[in-house]
Amino acid sequence: MIGYIHSCESFGTVDGPGIRYVVFMQGCPLRCLYCHNPDTWDTGIGQKISAAQILEEYQKNRSFYKNGGITVTGGEPLLQVDFLIELFSLAKEQGIHTCIDTSGATYNPANKAYCQKLNTLLGYTDLVILDIKHIDPVCHKKLTGSSNDRILQFAKFLNEKNIPVWVRHVVVEGYTDSPEHLFNLGLFIGNLKNVKALDVIPYHTLGVNKYKQLNIKYALEGLEPLSNHKAAKAKEHILNGIKQAKTEKPL
Amino acid sequence: MDFKYDGWRGFDPGTWVKEINVRSFIKHNYTPYDGDESFLTPATDNTKQLWEQVLELTKKEREAGGVLDMDTKIISTITSHGPAYLNKEKETIVGFQTDKPFKRALMPYGGIRMAEKACTDNGYTLDPQVKEFFTIHRKTHNAGVFDAYTPEMRACRSSHIITGLPDAYGRGRIIGDYRRVALYGVDRLIEDKKEQKETTRSAMYSEVIRDREEISEQIRALEDLKTMAASYGFDISLPARDTKEAIQWLYFGYLAAVKEQNGAAMSLGRTSTFIDIYAERDLKSGKFTESELQEMVDHFIMKLRLIKFARTPEYNSLFSGDPQWVTESIGGVGIDGRHMVTKMSYRYLHTLENLGAAPEPNLTVLWSTKLPLNFKRYCARLSIETSSIQYESDDLMRVIHGDDYAIACCVSSMKIGKEMQFFGARANLAKCLLYAINGGKDEISGKQIGPAYTPITSEYLDYDEVMQKYDAMMEWLAEVYVNTLNVIHYMHDKYCYEKIQMALHDKEVTRWFATGIAGLSVVADSLSAIKYAKVKVIRNSEGLAYDYEIEGDFPKYGNDDDRVDSIAYDIVHDFLKHIKKNHTYRDGIPTTSILTITSNVVYGKNTGATPDGRKKGVAFAPGANPMHRRDTHGAVASLASVAKLSFKDSQDGISNTFSIIPGALGKEDQVFMGELDVDLGCGACCSPTLFEGLDSDI
Repeated sequence: MIGYIHSCESFGTVDGPGIRYVVFMQGCPLRCLYCHNPDTWDTGIGQKISAAQILEEYQKNRSFYKNGGITVTGGEPLLQVDFLIELFSLAKEQGIHTCIDTSGATYNPANKAYCQKLNTLLGYTDLVILDIKHIDPVCHKKLTGSSNDRILQFAKFLNEKNIPVWVRHVVVEGYTDSPEHLFNLGLFIGNLKNVKALDVIPYHTLGVNKYKQLNIKYALEGLEPLSNHKAAKAKEHILNGIKQAKTEKPL
Repeated sequence: MDFKYDGWRGFDPGTWVKEINVRSFIKHNYTPYDGDESFLTPATDNTKQLWEQVLELTKKEREAGGVLDMDTKIISTITSHGPAYLNKEKETIVGFQTDKPFKRALMPYGGIRMAEKACTDNGYTLDPQVKEFFTIHRKTHNAGVFDAYTPEMRACRSSHIITGLPDAYGRGRIIGDYRRVALYGVDRLIEDKKEQKETTRSAMYSEVIRDREEISEQIRALEDLKTMAASYGFDISLPARDTKEAIQWLYFGYLAAVKEQNGAAMSLGRTSTFIDIYAERDLKSGKFTESELQEMVDHFIMKLRLIKFARTPEYNSLFSGDPQWVTESIGGVGIDGRHMVTKMSYRYLHTLENLGAAPEPNLTVLWSTKLPLNFKRYCARLSIETSSIQYESDDLMRVIHGDDYAIACCVSSMKIGKEMQFFGARANLAKCLLYAINGGKDEISGKQIGPAYTPITSEYLDYDEVMQKYDAMMEWLAEVYVNTLNVIHYMHDKYCYEKIQMALHDKEVTRWFATGIAGLSVVADSLSAIKYAKVKVIRNSEGLAYDYEIEGDFPKYGNDDDRVDSIAYDIVHDFLKHIKKNHTYRDGIPTTSILTITSNVVYGKNTGATPDGRKKGVAFAPGANPMHRRDTHGAVASLASVAKLSFKDSQDGISNTFSIIPGALGKEDQVFMGELDVDLGCGACCSPTLFEGLDSDI
């Protein structure tokens, strides 16, 4: 079958362990204010590609990916779950480490058929990078256009299935940097037993130009990139939350 | 075993005892080191004070406009200058090129005009007697070359289809085996050279006469080397007896070379593992402490950082700066399977920490997947901190050169003391393509430079027609290029012979006849555009093509796309094939390189618009790099395109200048390395393995 992708990056070093072949899938249901890939939002457009083609590109340079693997990101890769099942099942046949970088926004426990597909996909998945945009449902909606109910449910779902997860969180001044919310995020993470790493990313403005090109208004116009120092502070709040959760409820 | 020399006590004997064979000595005596950098020691007070002094002088030099002092009268030879010091009491390794640190020597043998210009451009005046002497009484390399050049060669040179030729400056790219001075002492080397002279053929044809004359020159240079060392208070006629002497003897050998030659690259070789053998012996016997050893290395490297030549602003613009290419090759793996990393490899690199980052000496790690992990980690850390280490593939070069080769300049590999190179600058293959289109006329001047083949007259370029004409034009270019180089190297040997460097070589030397290519990615993309898109030719009123319009898209080199990468491969292969058809001076073995690391800017400046959409005067990509911003699939795809070029076709080196913002190389160390081992402060009540440290790979 055919997948819709935005582009591929042959040298990905920040989306999972090792050097990775990163596939940017086209289409996303969220509209995060700080999104740096607005060109991946729309569905039904982009480059058409087969799973076999992607793996062929991967295999050409597999010596680079010895300690890495393949990561699908986006966009929201889980919008094309059927395609991912095909891609990852083939990848696992070839012994490739697989990773999904997702917001979890497509998860819907009521949709049994979709959950069944997710189940299948996760069987071929070595790692999920889960981007939790905000712990508070109201703030989450303000930031992304949707509530975070299903995202948090998805985190628990991954926890039940014991899929290794890296939690990612972008710190945006005035939006996601309140110590209280960060601490609460930590509390939430602390209650999951499958989280292997925490990746706190300071807000940056590398995607701003794309908005100009696409003629879309950039909501955070003028907001300065966050300093590493402030990101480190934010991380501390989250870690404190994690610590609290683990102290209260030893596993 | 009892040796003839005190300097050899305790060493394991081998072939090296009977013949000049440093590799055998190393193989028998070195100790591979698998540990980490924890044994290293910081800069001593003496080192810090000396370095302060250097920084002060560097500042003064900068304030003076780039040159602090310059000889205008004394012609530099191995013995032309008395000793010079920064601070005699504090320096453990001594020796400068002239009688004062930071004073640049006068070296007119390459060409008096260049030497004079270097003086004038820097605000000095060449002594008129020296000028007269080298104009009337003593011919230079440059004068010899222009006596022999044909009008066609001159035209190619001035139209920049062949560029950067070493016809007015020292060719460099020769590495003396400076280790021989330390291991054998100069007397033994002279003895060996005398024997070589006695064993030349007795019939006096020109090759034999030249050999005998050259060996005599070499012997004299070795005598001079002893005299120069004696002026610093050292008798280097016998082998070095400890680490300090070994470094000093070796450095004297190198110093003699840079007193004699202002070469385009004056590289050091592969010395660290050799020196380590002395250091291990001295550590064992308690003669020197680790700190004392590091101090010697720091002082040695400091000296290498202060090698300076008198050069012109044009030279500096061609090479983007004032480079010496004091390249030192470190590490690699032996053909016996043992890696060649020693503690001394660490000590050399550690100078980047003790003295701070610096471009010279050009510390080059011969990288192999089999290097010990600790060493790889140390290199990676230092690269992150200093951006001062160059890496080259030992796994690739070892196959051709064995395990005692070194890098001259940036990538030219050669067996030390057994192989040398005739440096050959480069042919501008992008311009050659334009000549093919214009029937040998230069696209900028309109002059007929190449042969007057039929030009292309169609409105749109046809791939097959272009390829046919391009191949013929490459064949012409290869011929005139090789012949130009033949003239240059004949004259360089005759008027500017590298006496001391060749004295530190075997008698029978393999000579690599190096040629080079500029503009590879421009050509590959141009031909791809012609093949896969439509390229319209824009001509002036005389019918000269001077610009191109591209309709449609085409595959671009640098995206791991075989359609265009195979074109790049073919061009290199075909060009070398044409080169090989020609006679080469002194049986030089033809090689080519794709490594315009800096001069790509100048080459681009002198080349008209090309069919890939590059405008007139726009810089080429450096070396074998894809053109700027045309590689859109990330680093691996870009590197994969370059990696498809055949090393066999381009044995003198393929360079890919690669910069990347640190953040794109991975997360900060701590994020995935250890910080997540969250100390929850409550001991057994929580699982410490929950947050495992995820090690990033190197």
